[in-house]
This record gives sequence, structure tokens and C-alpha cells, in this order.
Amino acid sequence: MAQVALPPRPLPTLGLDPARLRGDMAIRRTGKVLLSITPWVGYLFLWIPIIVLVVFSFNQSRTNAVWQGFTLDWYKLLLSGQFGTERRLSTEFLLLALKNSLIVAFCATIISTMLGTMIAIGMERYKFRGRRLIDLLLYLPVVIPEVTMGLSLVLFFSLGFRTINNLTGTNLALSLVTIIIGHVVFCMPFVAIVVRSRLSGMSTSLEEAARDLGADEWHTFTRVTLPLLMPAILAGAMLALTLSLDDFVVTQLVAGVGSTTLPVFVYSMIKFGVNPSINAVSTIVVFISMSLVLFSLVLQRNRG
Amino acid sequence: MAATPTPIAYNIRRQRLQVRLLVWPAAIWLILFFILPLIIVFLYSFLTSSALYQAAAPFTLENYQRLFGPTYTTIMLRSVGTAIVATLLCVIVGYPMAFFIATRPKATRNLFLLLVIVPFWTNFLVRTYSIAFLLGDTGLINTILVDYLHILSEPIHMMYTSFSVYVGLIYGYLPFMVLPIYTAIERFNFRLVEAAHDLGANDLRAFVRVMLPVTFPGVLAGCILVFIPALGAYITPDLLGGAKFLMVGNQIAGAVLGTSTDKPFGSALSIGMMVIVVVALLVYYRFGDRGAGIV
Repeated sequence: MAQVALPPRPLPTLGLDPARLRGDMAIRRTGKVLLSITPWVGYLFLWIPIIVLVVFSFNQSRTNAVWQGFTLDWYKLLLSGQFGTERRLSTEFLLLALKNSLIVAFCATIISTMLGTMIAIGMERYKFRGRRLIDLLLYLPVVIPEVTMGLSLVLFFSLGFRTINNLTGTNLALSLVTIIIGHVVFCMPFVAIVVRSRLSGMSTSLEEAARDLGADEWHTFTRVTLPLLMPAILAGAMLALTLSLDDFVVTQLVAGVGSTTLPVFVYSMIKFGVNPSINAVSTIVVFISMSLVLFSLVLQRNRG
Repeated sequence: MAATPTPIAYNIRRQRLQVRLLVWPAAIWLILFFILPLIIVFLYSFLTSSALYQAAAPFTLENYQRLFGPTYTTIMLRSVGTAIVATLLCVIVGYPMAFFIATRPKATRNLFLLLVIVPFWTNFLVRTYSIAFLLGDTGLINTILVDYLHILSEPIHMMYTSFSVYVGLIYGYLPFMVLPIYTAIERFNFRLVEAAHDLGANDLRAFVRVMLPVTFPGVLAGCILVFIPALGAYITPDLLGGAKFLMVGNQIAGAVLGTSTDKPFGSALSIGMMVIVVVALLVYYRFGDRGAGIV
């Protein structure tokens, strides 16, 4: 607008006054410094607590944070029978909790992988009435706070069981089964999300080719669709397994007497335990989680 | 085959059957074990607590009156405030991290992404405990300051304060923020920033006017993913906040687990929290990009 007069022009300063240029350069330098520091702070923040926890599980000191030399005592203590003032803080209960966790995670993973894959195929490959509603139904469990889900399940089960017990004289109660049911509710949507994203990116041409070559629907599904979906199904299953093994909130609320899982056990150790064997148990849990994640990532890389 | 006179009608019926077989098992599971329990929570919130049956008629609004009374308004507001602040702090740390990852060369990008994902999938309870282990009076930070460096004579009380709760919440949910922002920045076309520079914008202006608006759906997705679990947080305030820093999550869990259980009131608290969650979701669906990766 202002450029009406043509000559004479100074050497190109790009029409910027030096003060503004200095200001802009200061902004750039500050930005660079902030952008190079913050991520590393973030990474240190994410990793230091875990690393410290693991390192100090090998520390001799009973008072935790002063390093007094390497030891495996706290791991041995976990196997020695009793490691807390409470009766339940014993090897027997620890192993029972581990067993329960594995049973729950195994069942919840199988059920949620099957149901999640089926509903994913149904939602992606068919058009039907009520599809949007089911879409909502499928994503709601992902965004509901865990405590609400736990509370609702425990009310549902206690009300339902009381009614059934009164009517039929049976003696239903909270147990591992109720934990499994709860876990499937929040694991299945994640499986469905993973499988659906794979399905939506998958062309139907291979399936059509199979049909053209004379395969019936069942053969097309088992020989073409399923193998193509397998990486996503496995990834979803690993996700479900991790979520189920890690869950504490829903489990604690719907667990009946005697159905302690590993996270619930760790919680009672943190609450009532007094010695560094908490660190040892935590290290074992961290190790389990991390191997699962790395395993699933390797799986995805090899298949996908 | 000869028995089916009209193949099209046969096909339609067959398709309907397939849809039912594929969709209904999961849908029924969710209706029975997710929707129905939520309806029960809603109904319970209008009941009176009773020792024998845990809840009983008559229908009452007393639980909601208590919810809006001074004690629980404080806890509710504190929870919402804490969740909002934790979310904003996550944005401040998470955006540079996501930017950093997205601008790495392809070879190292996955490694840096992995370094965010692995803690993300590590047991939440254990991670929260690890924060307690660091911040406690005899924890690592105080030990270093008092016993090794002799900077302090007394440990600083960091545990069971709002500080420890914030640290725990950010620590727990930071990856939820980084991952969707990373997805958004990775898709971002950096030529837009060059264009902004050519048009005379400095870095700050190019970021605020170009990059931030384009990547904002990712930020919003991250905010939802942090805000909702932070609002309903139970483990974090329980282990790091203690009795002084209670949040709604503690109260709801306490309504089931505590010594004096009051399930109807716990239900009313849950409904109150759900209303806030729904408002947050509506904001998200209005302004956000649903494609910007949950998971």
C-alpha cells in the first residue's frame, strides 16, 4: 500500500526495522531453548520415578531412599511366607492374586477379543438401522470414569444377585466372574476400535476376488478376511490383556471376598506394607507390563 | 438353492441374520453390563440409604441437596479445578514433547514415541506409588536434599498436599496428551509456517495463528483424554492426597468400600460427575476432531 514512490530503495532489509528483527530473533531463541529443554524434562519426568523404583528394589536399606548396597533380600522376602503385619501380606496370597489376575485377564481377553472383533466387522461391513446408536454404545465405556463404572457394576450385581437369590434360593455373590464381566465392558470397545480402524483402511477387493473365484461367504471370511485382520485382532487382544492385568479401580469395587487380583494385592501392600518389598512387587508388575507392551509392539511390526 | 424362489429376498434376510449374529452379542453385553448398571445408579441416587438393603424407598431429592451443600460443592469444585489445572499443565509439557517427537528424523521418531508409550502402558497403580516413593518425607528427593547435599535440615513435606496430587495426575495422564497432539503435528504441513513467515509473521505469531489452530483438534482430544480420568481420579488422590485432598473419585469409591457405606449418595455423586463429563464431551464433539486418535 505504502510503496508508491519507486526510487531510491535502500539495500533489502525486507522492510523490517532492526528493533523488530531483534525482537523476532529473541522470540526464536527463546522458543528454541524452550523447545529443546521441555521435551527432555518431560522424558525424565516419565522415566525417573519408574527407574528409581526399580533400582531401589535392590537396595539394602530398610528406610528406603538411602542407598546401602545391592541385595535381593526383598525379592526373597516375597517368597519367604510373610512380609507384612497383615495376614494377607503373605506369599500364599501373593501367588493366589497372581493366579486370579491371570485367570481374569485370560478370560476377559478371549471374550472381549471375540465380541469386539465381531461387532467391528458388523459395524464396518454392514449398514443397518440403529448403527449410530450402537456406535455411541461402543464408545461410551471408553470415556466413562472408572469409578462410575465400578460403582454401577457393584450396584447392578448386588441388586441382581439379591433378587435372584431371593427368588431361587441360590447363593450368588461377587467373584472372579463379576470381575471378568466388568473387564470385558471396558476392554471390548478398545478391541473394536483397533479392528475397525484396520477394516476401514482395508480394501474389499481381495474379498471380492475370493467370491469371484467361487469361495462361499464362510470360506472368504476364514481364508481372506480373517488372515488380513489378524494383526489388528492380535493388537486388540494385547491391548485388552494389558488393560485387564492393570485394572485396579473396577476390580477393587466388584471383587468379592477372596478374589484379589495382583493390582488389588499391590494396593493393599502400598496401604499396609512397611518394607521395601513393595518396591520388589512393583518392579515385578512393571516388568510384566513392559514385556507385554514390547511384545505387542514387536508383534504389530512383524505382522503389520 | 432351488428352494429359495427369490434370491434377493433371501440375501437380505441372510444379511440381517449376519448383522444380528455379529453385532448383538457385544451390544447385549454392553446394554446388560454397562447401560443397565448406569440406569440403576441413576435410580439409586433418588433412594434413601438403609442399613438392611443398602438403599430403599421413599424417593427423595435429599442426596442431591447434600451434593449441592457446602461440603460436597467444595469437593466437586476442587475436583473440577484440579482436573482443569492438571489438563492445562499436561498441554504445556505435552505439546513441546509431541512437537519434538514429530520433528525427529524417521529413524529415531519411533524410539521417542516408544519412550512415551511404554510408561503409558505400565501399571498405573505402581506408577502412582513410584511418585510417592520420590516425594515422601523419607523419599528420594528429600534424602538427596537432606542426607546427601545437606541443603536442608528438615525434609520438605510434599506428600499429601495438592502438589503431590498434581504431580501424580500429570505423571499418570501426560501420555494421553502427547499421543493425540503428536498425531496432529505429524499430519501438519510445515509449509504453512513458512508461508506465515513469508507474510511477515514471527515464530510466536506463526505458531499462535497458524500451527496451533491447525493442530488444535489434537490438543482438544488430548484434553478430553486427560480431563475425564483426572476428574474421576481415585488412585491418585487416595495414595498421594490423603485425607486432606479428597476428590469426587474417593467419595464415590468410599460410598462402596468405606466403613459407613452410602450407596445412594455415592450414586448421586456419580451422576453429578457424569453431568460434567457429558458437558466436556459435548464441547469436544462441537469443536474437536473425532478422528484424532483415541488409543
